[in-house]
Amino acid sequence: MSEILGDLKYTKTHEWIQIMDDGTITVGISDHAQDLLGDMVFIELPELDTSYKAGDDCAVVESVKAASDIYSPISGEVIAVNESLTDTPELVNKEPYGDGWIFKMQPEERGEIENLMSASEYEEYAESEEH
Amino acid sequence: MGNKTPLYQQHVEMHAKIVDFGGWEMPINYGSQIQEHHQVRTDAGMFDVSHMTVVDLQGDKVRDFLHYLLANNVDRLKTTGKALYTCMLNEQAGIIDDLIVYFMREDWFRLVVNAATHDKDLAWINKYAGDFAVQVTERTDLAMIAVQGPAARDKVHQLLPDVPDQLKDMAPFNAIELKNYFIARTGYTGEDGYEIMLDNSQAAAFWDKLYQLGVKPIGLGARDTLRLEAGMNLYGQDMTESTTPLESGLGWTIGWEPAERDFIGRKALQTQREQKDHKLFVALVLEGKGILRHDQKVYKDNEEIGTITSGSYSPTLEQSIALARVSPVADKTCMVEIRGKQIPAKIVKPPFVRNGKSCLS
Repeated sequence: MSEILGDLKYTKTHEWIQIMDDGTITVGISDHAQDLLGDMVFIELPELDTSYKAGDDCAVVESVKAASDIYSPISGEVIAVNESLTDTPELVNKEPYGDGWIFKMQPEERGEIENLMSASEYEEYAESEEH
Repeated sequence: MGNKTPLYQQHVEMHAKIVDFGGWEMPINYGSQIQEHHQVRTDAGMFDVSHMTVVDLQGDKVRDFLHYLLANNVDRLKTTGKALYTCMLNEQAGIIDDLIVYFMREDWFRLVVNAATHDKDLAWINKYAGDFAVQVTERTDLAMIAVQGPAARDKVHQLLPDVPDQLKDMAPFNAIELKNYFIARTGYTGEDGYEIMLDNSQAAAFWDKLYQLGVKPIGLGARDTLRLEAGMNLYGQDMTESTTPLESGLGWTIGWEPAERDFIGRKALQTQREQKDHKLFVALVLEGKGILRHDQKVYKDNEEIGTITSGSYSPTLEQSIALARVSPVADKTCMVEIRGKQIPAKIVKPPFVRNGKSCLS
């Protein structure tokens, strides 16, 4: 069974969102998602200092199996990308909620974050998707 | 629910992720696909390939039947157990399937065809078998386990009650019947090893014994990257009924001689060979960042020249590789469009990897 961290927010496209103390957010993909995709071999990171709307595809994770788009969970500007994934994409498999984070954003407005799923809502959603 | 092989329970117990593959519930991996890939390149791994179709053909005129049915010439098979890789073509020389044919006896040949093409293959074979009074028997009683890797043959020898010299010294692309086992020195990985047919009821015990000897289970995911590195085609992806062997890098499997042998698709193939303008099948190594995938377009001087048929990440070479069908204008380099960007790639001769080692210079 894959791990779902209680203090994070989640999207239907399996990104997780951590809200930092300074109001910025960190984004990665859930343990469930990395498990479905399998061994990561290439990550195309978002462009730094670029603004995306909620739902825009902004990055790509490629496993041996397939390429999957990563969607911006909210509207905002990319303020950091995880450069270490360029050489070690497997961090997304090994530590999806830790060193496998993908990018950080400055949200345009806080409201959008509230619309994201809680851990328990995501757990239910991920289970329903499997059936 | 799809079909299950006699090893289904083994896969579940070994924590396989199960997927549908041509109507069969098969293991895609048992954890990390990349680790499984390296396991086969460096040691030994086992694959459940029981979903593949084994067909026995019997009758006094079975050789004549195969002269007509198959593009390669079964006259290359003269000794018991000898195997031959060939395509089965339609009249337009499109590939109905690729298969291995084994010579058992003068009145008995065995075919191993793909699982996904089971129905159309059998329909095609049966369509012509009657004319030659050949009896077609599908061997659903047989399971098949492939054991592949540098240590594979030694592991299999360890679990046999006795190992005759005939097996020890058996050359690649040969098989022998040994008690209840049909052991062929063939595979789909670019490594040494065996493909073993055995009764369904024996499969689980054989699999478990291999596991005890340190042979790890390998899923279809790694099977795909292994065969791609080995430059081997996958039916349905690298070749279909709308492509010919000449366009699929399989010209070497066509038995042109003797010229008077009439096989299905011969006329169309001959015309294509004479016209010399058919597409070529090449191997690509990506030079920029990204992963080559099926259906990506290939360009030369901003002109589209072809399409990738199979692409993935090569765990051995740690870069992306592909097979592609391109116009004959292609030379040493090309560009591949990945998500709207053109990325440079090198055109090479397959295979990429053989017996654990890179073939790239």
